[in-house]
Amino acid sequence: MWLKHDFFSGVRDVAPILLGIAPFGAISGAAAVGAGLSPEVAFGMSVLIFAGASQLAAVQLISGGASVLVVVLTAAVINLRFMMYSASLSPYLGKLPAAWKALAAYLLVDQAYALAVSRFASEEGPREEPESSRSRGLYFLGAGSALWVVWQACTAAGILLGARVPEGLSLEFVIPLTFMALLFPAITDRPTAAAALAAGLVAVAAEPLPLNLGLVTAAAAGVLVGMLAERKG
Amino acid sequence: MSAAGIWLTVIVIGALTFALRFSFLALFGRGELPGLLERLLVPLPAAVLAALVVPALFYTGGSLDLSLSNERLVAGGLAAVVAWRTHSVLLTIGTGMGILLLLQVVF
Repeated sequence: MWLKHDFFSGVRDVAPILLGIAPFGAISGAAAVGAGLSPEVAFGMSVLIFAGASQLAAVQLISGGASVLVVVLTAAVINLRFMMYSASLSPYLGKLPAAWKALAAYLLVDQAYALAVSRFASEEGPREEPESSRSRGLYFLGAGSALWVVWQACTAAGILLGARVPEGLSLEFVIPLTFMALLFPAITDRPTAAAALAAGLVAVAAEPLPLNLGLVTAAAAGVLVGMLAERKG
Repeated sequence: MSAAGIWLTVIVIGALTFALRFSFLALFGRGELPGLLERLLVPLPAAVLAALVVPALFYTGGSLDLSLSNERLVAGGLAAVVAWRTHSVLLTIGTGMGILLLLQVVF
């Protein structure tokens, strides 16, 4: 009975989102073997790194003959956003036992963050109670595990079969639509609305920046504007 | 790069990525967050989510497209109304993908 209701709420809520990550997983597996990596490395990468954008960049750089340092630094910069997510979730998950937090950290991908923070930020009630911390932890682990299983399965399929994702279907558009549905619950007042507006505008302007830096820049601008709006009241 | 070099690269990236993900979760377990950091975190989810959505509507094939012939902008704009009114992931995906496919078939 330790797998209580909250774990499965996480699995249920993440279900439609899995549709968006499935083709991306297959593409990342197929790209790795396509670039000449062995199937073992391609799958090992997906388990050890578990972050699609940085995996694709690493594959491209390795096959282009880049040095270890360049590949590692590039991947680290692309994944800087996870530090932001970690900070953002710490008020909700910070009080859990260390082993839970380590597992949650391993599963902290964009979709798990977006789903969890959208739910946690819009819910009422005290953050401090151990019971609610546990329930949030289980919810996060449910969503994260489902994402993990589907991602690994699709990566394996991509490695073994190659990626034959039907192009006309534009399945990758599912991903921004997911984040869109999760955005509105996170807008709870004027400052959060101002933050979203500013971040959206800056993100469009900063999109040409390399290494996912547009996302970090836009988030920083949004936070700044949100805090100014808060101060004005 | 040798096979051992590739494995080394993958393991180091994996370790660094985990460290970035665990950073604040690990540090701020028992005590409270510093005041400034806590205030920074309030608008962060809305900012991150908006930054993940908006460029995907305005950029097609790597270039900015502000016109109404940008199918993703039209489909995304209508899906945004559904997202705003319902907060439902499933209905938002259904609306956005449905309209996108319709536009691609019709035009």
